[in-house]
Amino acid sequence: MIKDKNKKFRINFGPQHPAAHGVLRLVLDLDGEVVERVEPHIGLLHRGTEKLIENKTYLQALPYFDRLDYVAPMNQEHAFSLATERLLGIQVPIRAQHIRVLFSEIGRILSHMINVPAQALDVGALTPSLWGWEEREKLMVFYERACGSRLHAAYFRTGGVHQDLEDQLLEDIYKFCDPFLKVVNDLESLLTDSRIFKQRNVDIGVVKKQDVLDWGLTGVMARGSGFEWDLRRAQPYETYEDYDFLIPVGKNGDNYDRYLIRIEECRQSASIIKQAIEKMEKGPIICEDKKIAPPKRSEMKRSMEALIHHFKLYTEGYDVGPGDIYAAVEAPKGEFGVYLVSDGSNKPYRCKIRAPGFAHLQSLDYLSKGYLLPDLSAILGSLDLVFGEVDR
Amino acid sequence: MANLIDYIVPIAILFFHSILVLLAVLLMAYFGIYGERKIWAAVQLRRGPNVVGPFGLLQSAADLIKLLFKEIIIPQEANKAIFILAPIITCFVALSAWAVIPFSEGWVVSDLNVGILYIIAISSLGVYGIIMGGWASNSKYPFMGAMRSAAQMVSYEISIGLVIITVLLCVGSLNLTNIVMAQRNIWFVFPLFPMFIIFFISALAETNRPPFDLPEAEAELVAGYQTEYSSSLFMLYFLGELAATFLMCAMITILFLGGWLPPFNIVPFTLIPGAVWFMLKVATIFFLFGMVKAIVPRYRYDQLMRLGWKVFLPISLFWVVLTASFLFIFNLMP
Repeated sequence: MIKDKNKKFRINFGPQHPAAHGVLRLVLDLDGEVVERVEPHIGLLHRGTEKLIENKTYLQALPYFDRLDYVAPMNQEHAFSLATERLLGIQVPIRAQHIRVLFSEIGRILSHMINVPAQALDVGALTPSLWGWEEREKLMVFYERACGSRLHAAYFRTGGVHQDLEDQLLEDIYKFCDPFLKVVNDLESLLTDSRIFKQRNVDIGVVKKQDVLDWGLTGVMARGSGFEWDLRRAQPYETYEDYDFLIPVGKNGDNYDRYLIRIEECRQSASIIKQAIEKMEKGPIICEDKKIAPPKRSEMKRSMEALIHHFKLYTEGYDVGPGDIYAAVEAPKGEFGVYLVSDGSNKPYRCKIRAPGFAHLQSLDYLSKGYLLPDLSAILGSLDLVFGEVDR
Repeated sequence: MANLIDYIVPIAILFFHSILVLLAVLLMAYFGIYGERKIWAAVQLRRGPNVVGPFGLLQSAADLIKLLFKEIIIPQEANKAIFILAPIITCFVALSAWAVIPFSEGWVVSDLNVGILYIIAISSLGVYGIIMGGWASNSKYPFMGAMRSAAQMVSYEISIGLVIITVLLCVGSLNLTNIVMAQRNIWFVFPLFPMFIIFFISALAETNRPPFDLPEAEAELVAGYQTEYSSSLFMLYFLGELAATFLMCAMITILFLGGWLPPFNIVPFTLIPGAVWFMLKVATIFFLFGMVKAIVPRYRYDQLMRLGWKVFLPISLFWVVLTASFLFIFNLMP
């Protein structure tokens, strides 16, 4: 048998590879250890979310968003809720807006606390993951106390949020922030100045400014390359305008910058959480329109009208006027957008989900070409992929 | 008849000694893995093994039983004979190096006059087990792991060799007992501190420990050369690696920390038997090995090579020359 001299070493990376971040499958062409081509094969977690939503009322569609980026569920719900609210043209009560900001930032910490250690894990550091996940655990308890579920919250509803928060919970979240900053410092002490961590990440996976525009990169991927682009600041939604926070921006666009940005965003999020709790005042948490928001349980026992509203809402849902809308939020991973087309019925005619991870993954081939195999997993780690949202 | 007895009795004694040493090494491995897991757990805010037996002390036994009774899976495309032989070689080589390690004065299976050469020779053979395993698996990840391992272990053996030469210059003997006895006045860790550091790091690389665990780098190569291994064959690799790690700890103890000698040659310290001191020192170094794993990320392949060839090799070469000239000029040559 004559061997083809130019034949590359083709290797299958995933979906059972420990560094594949879930169910990613990459087909790699290697020259020795140098990566020549990366071919991501996605779809192993495809559940047809967008199609399913077409057959569900707006309320029933909401929980699907928890299952996209399951690392920070509420941020996805947020985009969908914003889209429906804008279509309906309703206002969200101020307390609900603060609660949404609060939980969006908790979501950001949840996501970064899994991604930063995962990035460290991809370059071989074991300990940060355990330290980071400890904090996640505490935050998931807050999720649970707010809505009864650790992961699939279904908490941000059209018009507001599902349940009010107890004062004790707010107090506990407030108390969480300062010790959390200490954990962030501890994590940094393990990674930021570690020579090996730097050698593995500095100047690896460099994203130039033009690449950000070419590949549709958003979020940390864009900010790492020097774009000061954060939807919370660029297109403020909810009450983000009233908050005082900084947007960390990188210089070199490499893995290390992205890591530093995520760490700093954790600090900023903790500060926003504190501000949100300080700003929060008593008040309604969901809009008054009984066609959209369910009536109170106690009311239902007395009022016939409330009972009818309840029944209609949970069986038929509500009609949304014809039109289309794109609503995006700054999810932890980047711009998470929902494009809704309504034909005026109680179900969306089309729901297109713009997941940041999908755009990030398409750049993987470009970013990792010419680097070594170990760098590929480091880059993969810094892209911050969650396959719930990539495969949808 | 008398001749025959003269012939058999020493062999029987030797055999008995070997069994004792093997038992000691296996016990060390048993508690070593338990201790290591506890150390990592403590660093990572976990509890570690605590279910099987008191304080989880029987966890390693449970793992052993599990691994022994699992089915051995041999990939269809694998070269069966070499596939089975490879972990046996790794384990055999790692264990047989212990033959010349003195646990205390006279507590040694074979007091070889070229003991240190024997260790270098034997531990160099260890890489064969890994290359054979990676190759015989006939699978891509193990193959890459084996390639990396071959290059890595060979490169770091050179700096280890140079460090040993420095120590030998100060001792004037290749016998491990003599090396220890030469440290009666001062442990070599003090005058040769930089070499101690280099030896420590090279030992990590030599035994494929983090941050040099590239051959089995989880994030890149799944499990490297042992990807296709399961059950008792995997255990043999594991055991061989652990025995090699302890061997390196013992080497550091003997070369730099005065082997079984107490830290101060005065009464409360000298009452404790030498073997206890030896084990204490080995355990301390092993603890450091464990802490390193808990703290550091992993090097990349080219960075590892650069460190070995461009940093350690020149430094250790320089120290060899420096030590030699120092000893020669001041007429301290032993």
